[in-house]
Amino acid sequence: MPEYETKIREIAKGLLEDGKADVIIGYKKGSIPMVNEPVLIRDPNNVENLIWDSHCALNLCNYLTGRKERIGIIANGCNSRNIVTHIVENQIKREQLYIIGIPCTGMIDHRAVKRAVNDREILAVEESEGRFTVRGKDFEKTFEKKDFLQTNCAVCLHPNPVVYDEMVGENVKIPEGINPFKDVEEIERMSAREKWSFFADLVSPCIRCYACRNACPLCYCPTCFVDESDPQWVGKSIDPTDTMTFHFLRAYHCAGRCTDCGACERACPVGIPVRHFTKKLNKDALDLFSWEAGLSLDQRPPLDVYRVDDYNDFVE
Amino acid sequence: MVTKIFTKEEWVRALKGAKDDYRIYLPVKHKDFHAFELLSDETAPDFEFQNTRLSPKSLIFPQSERMFEYSLDEKDGEAHIVKETPKDFYPQAVVGIRPCDAHALQLVNVNFDNPQYKDPWWVKRLESTILVGLGCNEPCSTCFCTSVGGGPFSERGLDVILHDLEDVFLVKPITQKGETFINKLGQGRMADDTLSDKAEAKARSSLEKVTSSIPTGKLRDKVVTELFEAPFWEEVAFACINCGTCTYLCPTCWCFDIQDEVLGKEGDRIRNWDSCMSPLFTLEGSGHNPRSEKCQRVRQRFMHKLKYYVDKYEDGVQCSGCGRCVRYCPVNIDIRHVAKLMNDFAQ
Ligand code: SF4
Ligand code: SF4
Ligand code: SF4
Ligand code: SF4
Ligand code: SF4
Repeated sequence: MPEYETKIREIAKGLLEDGKADVIIGYKKGSIPMVNEPVLIRDPNNVENLIWDSHCALNLCNYLTGRKERIGIIANGCNSRNIVTHIVENQIKREQLYIIGIPCTGMIDHRAVKRAVNDREILAVEESEGRFTVRGKDFEKTFEKKDFLQTNCAVCLHPNPVVYDEMVGENVKIPEGINPFKDVEEIERMSAREKWSFFADLVSPCIRCYACRNACPLCYCPTCFVDESDPQWVGKSIDPTDTMTFHFLRAYHCAGRCTDCGACERACPVGIPVRHFTKKLNKDALDLFSWEAGLSLDQRPPLDVYRVDDYNDFVE
Repeated sequence: MVTKIFTKEEWVRALKGAKDDYRIYLPVKHKDFHAFELLSDETAPDFEFQNTRLSPKSLIFPQSERMFEYSLDEKDGEAHIVKETPKDFYPQAVVGIRPCDAHALQLVNVNFDNPQYKDPWWVKRLESTILVGLGCNEPCSTCFCTSVGGGPFSERGLDVILHDLEDVFLVKPITQKGETFINKLGQGRMADDTLSDKAEAKARSSLEKVTSSIPTGKLRDKVVTELFEAPFWEEVAFACINCGTCTYLCPTCWCFDIQDEVLGKEGDRIRNWDSCMSPLFTLEGSGHNPRSEKCQRVRQRFMHKLKYYVDKYEDGVQCSGCGRCVRYCPVNIDIRHVAKLMNDFAQ
């Protein structure tokens, strides 16, 4: 997206030169197609490295935790919601941030693209005007981006940043008539036994590398429960019970906080759709508390407030 | 040793015929990627792959392995005595292993089987394994085996090598173990000169198709402490999320952790793969962690592979150039770039 890139670089350069930010956090072009690298820039002469395209799928909010300087950060819809969550959870201060807002048209699902070219090796990708072309040794194919969105982007209802200091473009239109929870509803209709085998199958390839957890901005605990050794809550082998425990518990730790940014799924080396866990809890948060994570700096998340007028009858 | 020719159907049929004498593992496609799977009558192997997502390292060095077991039942005369869990060293064959992954096992072997230490389970399992390699006609753009002592048809570490000649496999034994395996399969016919020449020409041309490389020539001469303190680590490490993908997918990473798991009165001592990317890897009992920062961990991975190993074993780098870490690092930390930074570093 050349228009956005020019604007991002211009803003970043200004921030560094005027001393309004000590560092800029953004993406630079990766060394292989469809993977970009999060980057930290201090020198205004290096802002040319900053890019924005449909492969900026790792969540930059992940890199904010505990930083002390003034930071310029680029943020699309979901990243901005994670930034809000980070601020509300005291992981970073709003005053430290200069948020360069990006109206987002979604990320390309690189796995789906690979499937569409029968796993032949993709050597280059170019995109323009809602389409993209992939090239390999003896093939070239052009696709519509809308057919290859990451599954979370395909149902995203908050593509525009919810908090920003400056926008790089006009807000994009919010899609209508989308049910973001179709997949959750399908699972909800299963019997308990079916659900169990669905999830057992889902996580069976898991190698417990924790890329999903580490890619997630919500998982900033100094010691994760799976790493705790005294007491040790979960076994560390690849015993299916322990693997399942990890996934269930992590999902619950994200309840009411997950923005469905998709970074977890993107990072998984074996392509497990781990959002199936968190999305159910997103739906529950919406159904039970009319809550979607990271939309407002002024509201406490549902699981950390006590309200006397809570409409749920379990509150006495 | 006799080189043979099998049609692809014959080859799979012959392997199926041998599956009572050997456990045979073959590449099978699952959803989006290939993995080695135990051959059964139903298995549909697929040799049209670049490489398996995970390396076959786990067939010799399982991700989780029960080492010992013990009883905590005081009524048991042998309570608290740690006994070795019986292990299974049934002969196995890994058919379709890529040359880089076989080379990688040789690099790991340096750690598990040396004059100072011998890991009995690794040694016995490697001994009971036959590695039947599949040469790479079409190396990936991220493969750099040729610059680290291997090659798309390198025979290093293999017992047999297969050349894929479209309709047929040329099956060339390299070791005695390999030849015995091929003879056990029966079938196949002797390769004639035309096919052998064709196979050689193809192997030569694929050598040129490896376009990626890492520079390693100057690593040996660097001063460890200078490289350790080089200014580039902070920048290299910034994007890393310490996920462990690179080390778990790597065919040359050998680190493990030992854990006791107790259920009721029965205990198991298990070893699990571990990764220097995890903060827990170096957490000491006192609570002190010498590698508490991400940057230190990222540096450890590259220093181990490209410097400590180089210095300690004088056997090149601890990397076989398979390219997995390049392809699957979610944030694109590229060992080719880091190797260049290290190799070119001057104080
Ligand atoms: S759980 Fe996954 S989708 Fe949700 S915020 Fe974390 S990384 Fe994003
Ligand atoms: S990233 Fe994938 S393989 Fe790794 S722990 Fe998460 S689900 Fe398992
Ligand atoms: S795969 Fe990449 S992000 Fe993950 S630990 Fe390795 S270098 Fe870091
Ligand atoms: S370091 Fe990377 S390229 Fe080298 S053997 Fe390991 S995974 Fe393969
Ligand atoms: S120290 Fe790290 S890089 Fe070296 S073998 Fe162990 S896990 Fe691999």
